[in-house]
Amino acid sequence: MKTLMKIAGMAASLVLLSACTTGGPDIDASAGAGTGVGAGPTGPAPGSQADLEDAAGHRVFFAYNEYTLTPQAQAVLSRQAAWLQEYPETRIKLAGNCDERGTREYNFALGARRAEAARAYLVSLGVDAARITTVSYGKERPLDPRSTEDAWSLNRNSTTTIAAAGA
Amino acid sequence: MPRLLTILLTIFVAAAPLSAGAKVTIDITQGNVDPMPIAVPDFLGADDATSELRRDITKVLMNDLNRSGLFKVIDQRAYIIGDDVGVNVRPTFPNWRLINAQVLIVGEVVEMGDGRIQVSTRIWDTYADEQIGAVAFKTPADNWRRAAHKVADFAYKSLTGESGYFDTRIVFVHETGPKEKRVKRLMIMDQDGANPVPLTDGLNYQALTPRFSPTQQQITYMALFDNRPGQVYLFNIETGEQEQLGTFRGMTFAPRFSPDGRQVLLSVERHGNSDVFKMDLATRRLTRLTDHPAIDVSPSMSPDGRRISFTSDRGGAQQIYVMNADGSKQKRITFGEGRYQTPVWSPRGDLIAFTRQYRGRFYIGVIRPDGTGERLLTESYLEEGPTWAPNGRVLMFYRQTPSRRNGKGGGASLWSVDLTGRNVRLVRTPGDASDPAWSPLLP
Repeated sequence: MKTLMKIAGMAASLVLLSACTTGGPDIDASAGAGTGVGAGPTGPAPGSQADLEDAAGHRVFFAYNEYTLTPQAQAVLSRQAAWLQEYPETRIKLAGNCDERGTREYNFALGARRAEAARAYLVSLGVDAARITTVSYGKERPLDPRSTEDAWSLNRNSTTTIAAAGA
Repeated sequence: MPRLLTILLTIFVAAAPLSAGAKVTIDITQGNVDPMPIAVPDFLGADDATSELRRDITKVLMNDLNRSGLFKVIDQRAYIIGDDVGVNVRPTFPNWRLINAQVLIVGEVVEMGDGRIQVSTRIWDTYADEQIGAVAFKTPADNWRRAAHKVADFAYKSLTGESGYFDTRIVFVHETGPKEKRVKRLMIMDQDGANPVPLTDGLNYQALTPRFSPTQQQITYMALFDNRPGQVYLFNIETGEQEQLGTFRGMTFAPRFSPDGRQVLLSVERHGNSDVFKMDLATRRLTRLTDHPAIDVSPSMSPDGRRISFTSDRGGAQQIYVMNADGSKQKRITFGEGRYQTPVWSPRGDLIAFTRQYRGRFYIGVIRPDGTGERLLTESYLEEGPTWAPNGRVLMFYRQTPSRRNGKGGGASLWSVDLTGRNVRLVRTPGDASDPAWSPLLP
């Protein structure tokens, strides 16, 4: 009886856990923060958005109310810079985002700061500034709609997307 | 689009002799724990055809008075009504005193025969046995709601000595869809939530932070795009015409009209840094007001046009600063814990409303422009963006609830609060709503 209850409890927590990890709309966000996964033989097309996400990660994350780049963020951006050297015709857009715990107007300014921090770092690594545009979405485009610390951490980011692919 | 209309205002001669009794007044600067009990019988009319209209006008009037928190309309079933509620009849005062009605508002609706109606009202002080005021409005019959709001404004002014705010409109952001992919478009409605009309379709951009022109049927707001920085726009409510306010490489945001309607204050972002500027609408000349490596946003001008409040994080966390209208003498006025944002100068000039973040909660509060007398009025998980009623006595703002564990919910709604902080009320909107902006009193 006791073990049965234990197992039932474990099953319940497992369900909870999986509910948490699939709760966010963007399950590859952790790949952006961690190390890049090399494209396999059936990997994404070279130079594509998926390739950028696999090879470098397309998101860097920020602390609450901050826009300074963490060492992890710098590592992701370094890989992005290296990837961009391989596709010199590709242009990118950097979008700065904030979590919901701020006012709309201030968060537009903060999002601009975050995108600019990422842009300046890429430029410092030799990426031509003319290839980069920035935009701030403030707190208007959360990746994860939940009101939790995990969601807020995901939502404070600068996201790199390919604006125009090279030939 | 609701058209502009003219309402004829005639104060008609007092029908009753004035006596020297004590005059009823409400001091709205004090906290009114007990709203004034007031009687409002259904407005009368000679014609049965107007009976429904008369009932509706009375309902709108009663709702305005009740929501103000200053008055409590006594249940009509308690009224002892004889033939004394006509607009040209002297009431039987003891009958109204018996149910403790300090004030009696009687009215009459007459069809003019040309599509217009005349709404006449008389306000009585039941303890002094004397008339407080009388007024009549003529208006197209389909604008009866505005006539009712005009009567409410007249009653408010007669009883408080200050102008009302009922014949006004609210422009706001109407929100639909899931939080991570929300459609945000502008809507306009009457102050009490009636007659909502969409202004933008929400298809190609999100419309945010709308603000009313104090002098014209015009709005300024920020359009947020996918692939280029958000930009400030002007929107003409009458014609639906829009134009981008200037050409900028960076983002422009947080716009707000100057009190004379001739300028728009805004934040302009360049290379990631945001500063406060003002643009003259006639010449389109842009003037920089702050030049600081920190973020400067949310400018709001004092009603005399001499000073501007704004938010800056130059001291670390966001705080409110006040400067002269030319950008000189920038001075911090808030020093409390947490973050102070979205300062909005009262149309009376005496207070600045703000959003404060403190220990994970959000508050709407007011403070004097010199930084003294801070008072927090409301508190919740997330609320921000206060806007003043044109009389500077009521604020509206939006509140967002936390999302549920599955990410659903997290809706936004409009709320109003008076300066006592006691009268907090949900504002009726068609679905989720944020970023309210209160219009001036309609002409």
